[in-house]
Amino acid sequence: MASHVAHGTSEKEIAAPNTGAIWKTFWILLVLTGIEFVIAFTMAASTLRVAIFCGMTIVKAFYIVGEFMHLKHEVKSLIWAVLIPTVFVVWLLVALIYEGGHLY
Amino acid sequence: MSVAHAAPAVPENLSWQGGSEPLKASYGKLMMWFFLLSDTFTFSALLITYGMIRFSQPAWQGTPHDFYFATTHWPIPEKVFEAVPFLHGISLPLVFVGIMTFILIASSVTMVLAVEAGHRGDRKDVEKWMLWTIVGGFTFLGSQAWEWGHFIHGPEDLTLAAKQIIDGVSTPIEGANLVRNPYGPPAFADLFFFITGFHGTHVFSGVLLNILIFFNAATGVYERRGHYEMVEKVGLYWHFVDLVWVFVFTFFYLV
Repeated sequence: MASHVAHGTSEKEIAAPNTGAIWKTFWILLVLTGIEFVIAFTMAASTLRVAIFCGMTIVKAFYIVGEFMHLKHEVKSLIWAVLIPTVFVVWLLVALIYEGGHLY
Repeated sequence: MSVAHAAPAVPENLSWQGGSEPLKASYGKLMMWFFLLSDTFTFSALLITYGMIRFSQPAWQGTPHDFYFATTHWPIPEKVFEAVPFLHGISLPLVFVGIMTFILIASSVTMVLAVEAGHRGDRKDVEKWMLWTIVGGFTFLGSQAWEWGHFIHGPEDLTLAAKQIIDGVSTPIEGANLVRNPYGPPAFADLFFFITGFHGTHVFSGVLLNILIFFNAATGVYERRGHYEMVEKVGLYWHFVDLVWVFVFTFFYLV
């Protein structure tokens, strides 16, 4: 980022796009979504299927947050500052779904 | 890392006392991250509520083939969301929501391409990719409007709709609202409207921000400033909106 700042506003040479990682992430997300569809129609609803969907969603979230939002390439302390609070969300989700099953 | 002015060298032990960037991210990007974290909690609250209410309601016990809409059990999503624009009367379960997912992921890619172009200081490319991102955002919003319209209208064949008792007579429920809906328990439509509506509001404000960024890029504001960090910050927000949809898609439509 800092490298092009020195050039100022004068007409400067523009580097060629480097988009390999971006498109790779795109294809990964697309294929994962496709597999989710296949599973949705070929597998009967069960706890295992829910677990597979949750797992694939977390993998997709990893690629979106890590690559698109660039978190993978930030410093460790920022990564933890974002990740640790979300652990509590997972805990609340599991706790309330479990409690919900006892409600009716 | 990306500020235009050269920061004076600050001793390591004073890095939190001004002059340098804590966590090696600029102030704006850091605050965007923490805003997104708080927004995560808001969306999580909605999705957790969905999970809890769904698990506290009776599920359909039979096979998907025998399934029918009734207020006494939670509907199977693929039985509710099976219509696609221009393909009237053809049952295509989850196809349209799949297309919407693809649109949002694609617009996330064009956004990250705009960020990449910003890193290279390539104004033309930033403009091009921001424009595609805006188009993707509007397409998604239009799709969601159609989805809502279809959902509110309810099944065309009223014999399929869930029944309610009016004056002792079992009557099909016409149209969905916050009080009753032809698909299942009232909470099902309530959660549909709240979760997809809250997400759609985010998409809408994201599109407005994207238009602002496109305008600034096109008028050369960022070129004069010497960096395109605003594209990155709004990009974070846009990717977050995509991320939320990934979760909504899984928990509302697939599970």
